[in-house]
Amino acid sequence: MLQKIYDWVDERMDITPLWRDIADHEVPEHVNPAHHFSAFVYCFGGLTFFVTVIQVLSGMFLTMYYVPDIENAWESVYYLQKEVAHGQIVRGMHHWGASLVIVMLFLHTLRVFFQGAYKKPRELNWIVGVLLFFVMLGLGFTGYLLPWDNKAYFATQVGLEIAAATPFIGDQIRTLLAGDPSIVGAQTLTRFFAIHVFFLPAALFGLMGAHFIMIRKQGISGPL
Amino acid sequence: MSDKKQVSRRQFLNYSLTGVGGFMAAGMLAPMVRFAIDPVLKPSAAGKFKAVAEESELTNEPKRFTWKINQKDGWYESEVEKSAWVYKNENGEIVALSPICTHLGCTVDWGSNEEYPNEFYCPCHGGRYKKNGVNIPNTPPTAPLPLYEHKVEEGMLYLGQAKSRGSGV
Ligand code: HEM
Ligand code: FES
Repeated sequence: MLQKIYDWVDERMDITPLWRDIADHEVPEHVNPAHHFSAFVYCFGGLTFFVTVIQVLSGMFLTMYYVPDIENAWESVYYLQKEVAHGQIVRGMHHWGASLVIVMLFLHTLRVFFQGAYKKPRELNWIVGVLLFFVMLGLGFTGYLLPWDNKAYFATQVGLEIAAATPFIGDQIRTLLAGDPSIVGAQTLTRFFAIHVFFLPAALFGLMGAHFIMIRKQGISGPL
Repeated sequence: MSDKKQVSRRQFLNYSLTGVGGFMAAGMLAPMVRFAIDPVLKPSAAGKFKAVAEESELTNEPKRFTWKINQKDGWYESEVEKSAWVYKNENGEIVALSPICTHLGCTVDWGSNEEYPNEFYCPCHGGRYKKNGVNIPNTPPTAPLPLYEHKVEEGMLYLGQAKSRGSGV
């Protein structure tokens, strides 16, 4: 049945080369942990992607209950965690995943660094990777405010002061992020929400696309 | 073609399409960017003076006073509590200090650390300030505590905006 549907589409659209291009290629021996166990270090990039997929999916579902309003944000998080079936799991996925994704990203970066895999011709992909790292930190920073509890509030207070320490334009950056020169409040929460669920994920997808296209184009770096 | 400077049909079309496209992109982006940066360009609201305490309550020891202001945060209006550490110095001048640590914005306390009884102490990273609010070198803060504008009318102390005192020691 499935084969028939596939053939029907393929006959009209010729989709086989499309997915072959993306998925049908050999894993070189030196990156396959089945051959050399130490090759597990090559998994961290894929694990980062895996956790990112969890973040995106669990985040999308969280927004079904979450509201970025200072009167209701905390209550909505409390409700989705305590009252909604499996809410604790969905929020837990997003909560713990947010830390795990940074850990995986860091391990992946260490592997690339210590193997010298960033060298010519892969310099551009290193740069894209660094941008991905900043976007990920931005997601962590903006997401942390959203539950609107005391920890969230003061962490953001401190983070904004750090941003305000930028030479010359520090105060402007702070206001741009917080939505107000001195208050961390209603406008901060809506801004952080918008940045967290729309702006940064958009940047994330663009950069990930570039990252993966470059990997396919250049292949994985050779054995040490 | 005879004249080297002449623009080919292809170039002409390229230029005009780039121009039109750029114009359309700018027309779309300009309102959105202005929308996003509005908070930075809004003039800051001037602070009003508020009655905080009777002048007779002030001593040489910094005391914490609180008062309420009506705060407008975009569409959200609320009453919030402000606080200041106020005392009279040797010359009888009133000193009203903001309790917001100039390191990363925690709240400082007077004499709360037993090791530094006559200083303002910040619990977050151990920031310290002298009684006059000047930060103590080799602790995290890099500037003195801001001073509130103040005035005394009919025995009442009024406080206005906290003004930062620039970089300290
Ligand atoms: C890799 C990407 C992401 C990271 C690192 C991240 C990080 C975070 C963090 C640290 C929190 C605070 C969680 C907590 O304290 O429980 C949070 C909350 C939230 N995030 Fe994300 N996030 C990511 C992607 C997304 C996406 C794509 C969406 C939606 C489309 C989303 C929607 C939300 C929502 C609605 C909340 C508030 C609910 C809550 O606090 O439990 N996130 N995020
Ligand atoms: S915030 Fe006060 S010492 Fe860091």
